[in-house]
Amino acid sequence: MRDVVAIGVGMTKWGELWEKSLRTIFVETALLAIDDAGVDRIDSMVVGCMSSGLFVGQEHLGSMLADYLGRIPVPAARVESACSSGGLALRQGFIEVASGISDIVLVGGVEKMTDLTGCETTFALGTAADQEYEGFHGLTFPGLYAMMAVAHMHKYGTTREQLAQVAVKNHDNGSKNPLAQFPFKVTVDAVLNSVLVADPLRILDCSPITDGAAAVVLCPAEMARKLKKPAVRITGSGQATDTIALSSRQDITWLESTHLAAQKALAMAGRKIEDLHLFEVHDCFTIAEIMVTEALGIAERGRGGRAVEEGLTSLKGRYPVNPSGGLKAKGHPVGATGVAQAVEVIKQLRGEAGERQVKGAKRGLTQNMGGTGGSSVVHVFEAD
Amino acid sequence: MAGIVGYGAYIPRNRIKVEEIAKVWGADAPGYKKGLMLEEKSVPSPDQDTISMSVEASKRALKRAGIDPREIGAVYVGSESHPYAVKPSGTVLAEAIDATPDVHTADLEFACKAGTEGMFIALSLVQAGAIKYGLAVGADTSQGAPGDALEYSAAAGAAAFIFGKDGLVAESVDTYSYTTDTPDFWRREYQYYPQHGGRFTGDPAYFKHITGAARGMMARVKMKPADFDYVVFHQPNGKFPLRAGEILGFTKKQIEPGWLVPKLGNTYSGSSPLGLTATLDIAKPGDMILVVSYGSGAGSDAFVFKVTKRIDEVRDLAPRTRFLLDNDKNYLEYGVYAKYRRKIRKAE
Repeated sequence: MRDVVAIGVGMTKWGELWEKSLRTIFVETALLAIDDAGVDRIDSMVVGCMSSGLFVGQEHLGSMLADYLGRIPVPAARVESACSSGGLALRQGFIEVASGISDIVLVGGVEKMTDLTGCETTFALGTAADQEYEGFHGLTFPGLYAMMAVAHMHKYGTTREQLAQVAVKNHDNGSKNPLAQFPFKVTVDAVLNSVLVADPLRILDCSPITDGAAAVVLCPAEMARKLKKPAVRITGSGQATDTIALSSRQDITWLESTHLAAQKALAMAGRKIEDLHLFEVHDCFTIAEIMVTEALGIAERGRGGRAVEEGLTSLKGRYPVNPSGGLKAKGHPVGATGVAQAVEVIKQLRGEAGERQVKGAKRGLTQNMGGTGGSSVVHVFEAD
Repeated sequence: MAGIVGYGAYIPRNRIKVEEIAKVWGADAPGYKKGLMLEEKSVPSPDQDTISMSVEASKRALKRAGIDPREIGAVYVGSESHPYAVKPSGTVLAEAIDATPDVHTADLEFACKAGTEGMFIALSLVQAGAIKYGLAVGADTSQGAPGDALEYSAAAGAAAFIFGKDGLVAESVDTYSYTTDTPDFWRREYQYYPQHGGRFTGDPAYFKHITGAARGMMARVKMKPADFDYVVFHQPNGKFPLRAGEILGFTKKQIEPGWLVPKLGNTYSGSSPLGLTATLDIAKPGDMILVVSYGSGAGSDAFVFKVTKRIDEVRDLAPRTRFLLDNDKNYLEYGVYAKYRRKIRKAE
C-alpha cells in the first residue's frame, strides 16, 4: 500500500446558495482544491452525494461533474452512504491512491438541498432511515435522534443544558469560520428557548439545511515530495456499518459503527485517541456529538455530556471537537460534510485555520456518520 | 401635477389570534408571534369578498375626494382573490359607485402588488391627460392553506385611491418599478391554496425587489432615507418591512405609522396601500412619503408622494385606518373562522 497525502483543499461559503446550481457549487470548489494542489491534471475523481436524485432530480453525477469540471474522460464515481457519503468518497479516493490504481484523485462532496420545501427535504433525508420500519411509521431524523437523546438522558443523566452546550461551543468555533453558514455565537438560553422540533431537541440542537461542496486532492506521498506542497498524510481509514433501523440496535445510546470505524482507523495509523490534537465529528444533532465523543473514547461511556460541560471538547480544551463549527454552525450539505471535515483537519494541520487554529496541531481525526449511525467513516490525518 | 385626490380604507371587523390558529395545529404560538411579529389577523365575513370590500373602500375615497363619480374615467381592482375567474370585479365596483358607463375597467393580478399596479396605471392615465379621475383599489380576502405558515398572516382588507390633477391631498413626485421573473409564491389555475418557496421568499424575492425598487426610486428623485418623513413597505409579516427599513437606512419611526401588520395580517394586494392610507391619516402638509409594494413572481412598484394642505380638510371625512383596525373587533374561534373562510366542505 502506498502512503497517501492530501495536497489540496477547496471549500466555498456554505448556505442557501439559491443563485448556484449543484454543478456550479461543485466545480467552484473542485477548482479551488486543484489550484491549491498546484496540479495540472487529475487521474480520477470520486464524489460523495447523498441524494441529488431527490434534492434536484439529477443522478449520474460522476460523469456530469467530470464534464462541467472539464475533465472528461477521467474515471469518475459518485458514492453514497447517506450523510457519510463524503467520508466514504474520501475513503474510496484513499484506497484508489494507496492501491496504485490512480495517482492524483480529486475527492469531492456536494449537496444542493434548498431547492425543495421543508417537507420534501425532510422526506429526502428520511430515506437514510429504514423506510419500512421507521419512515413509513412517521419517524424523521429529529424524531430518531430525540429518542436517542431521551434514552441517553434517562440512562446517564445527561442534561438538557449539556445538549445546549454542544451548540454553544460549536457556534463559538463557527463564529471564527468565515465559510460557515451560521458564523455567529448562541447562548445556552437561546438554545433552550428556541423552537421545539422533537422533544427534547430544539431548532438550535439541529444542524441546518445547507447547499455546499468541499474538495480534497490526494496523491501518493512520493509524488507530493516532488511537488513541494505542504502535504498532510492520511495514516488511517476505517469504516463500519450497523443496522440502519434504530429499533434493531442493542443499545440506542451507543454508536457501535463509530466505535469500530475509529478502532480500525487508529489501528492502521498506529495511534491512540490520546495522540490526536483535534476532531471533526458528525454533530448533526447536539446529542450526536455527545455520543460520538463517547464512541471515539474522548469521553467515557455516558460521560459525553459532562465532557462538553467541563470544556474538555472546547477549542482550548484537551480534545478540541469541531473547531470548524461542526455541522451545527458550518452547515450540513449532507454529501459534502465528510469531505469538509477533512478540509478543516488538513487546514488545521497546515496551520491555516486562522482564529480557530488549534495551536501546534499535528494529528487530527474526522468522523462522518450516516443516518443514526448505520454507517461511520473515520480518518486519521498527520502533518509531515 | 397629478396625485391622490381621495383615499379610503376598509378592514373587516372579524379577527383571529395567532394562538387560536396555533392551538388547532399544535404549533408553537410564541415562536410564530416572535418569528413573524404577528398577533392577530383580519377575517372577512361569509358575505364579504374582494368586490364588497373594494366598494366600501372606494366610497370612503369618494367622500374624501368630493368629486362626481361620473367623472371617473378608469376603475382598476387589483387582487389575487377576485370572486370570479371569468367576470370582472371592476364592473361591479364601477356600477356600485355610479361610475358607469363612461369608464374603462380592468382587473389586475400580480400576487401582493396588484393594488399598486392599478395605482400606477390610473396615475399614468391621469398624467397623460386621457382621463380626469382614475380609481385604483387593492383588495384581497387572501388564502393560506390550513396549517401552513401563511394561515397565520393571510388576511382581508382593501384600500382605494382616486387620482386626479386638482384638489390633491398628495402630489405624485415620481414612480419606479422593479421586476424580475422570480417564482417565490404561486397558485395555478384550479388550485385552491397558493404554494410558496419557504425561505426563498425572503432574500432573493422580497428583499431583493423591495430594496431594488426603493434604491431605484430614491436615485430617480435624488433623495435619501432621511429626506422622507414616512416609508411604507409591503408587509407580509411584521419582521420583513422592519428589516427592509434597516437594510435601506430608514428608522422604525418612519415605518411605524403604516406598519399595520401585527394586528392586521397580510392583506396581500391591500397591504402597502393600507399602509399608505394609515400614513396619510396622520401626515402633515409637506410630508414626503415613500411607498414600495411587493408582488411575488416578482416585482415592486415604488411611489414618492408629497402631502398637500388639503389633507387636513379631508382626513376625517371617512374613518381613519387605525380606527378600523383598533375598534369594534370581533374575535373568532377557529371553527367559526373555518366556516367563514369556507374551509369546511358541506353536502352539495
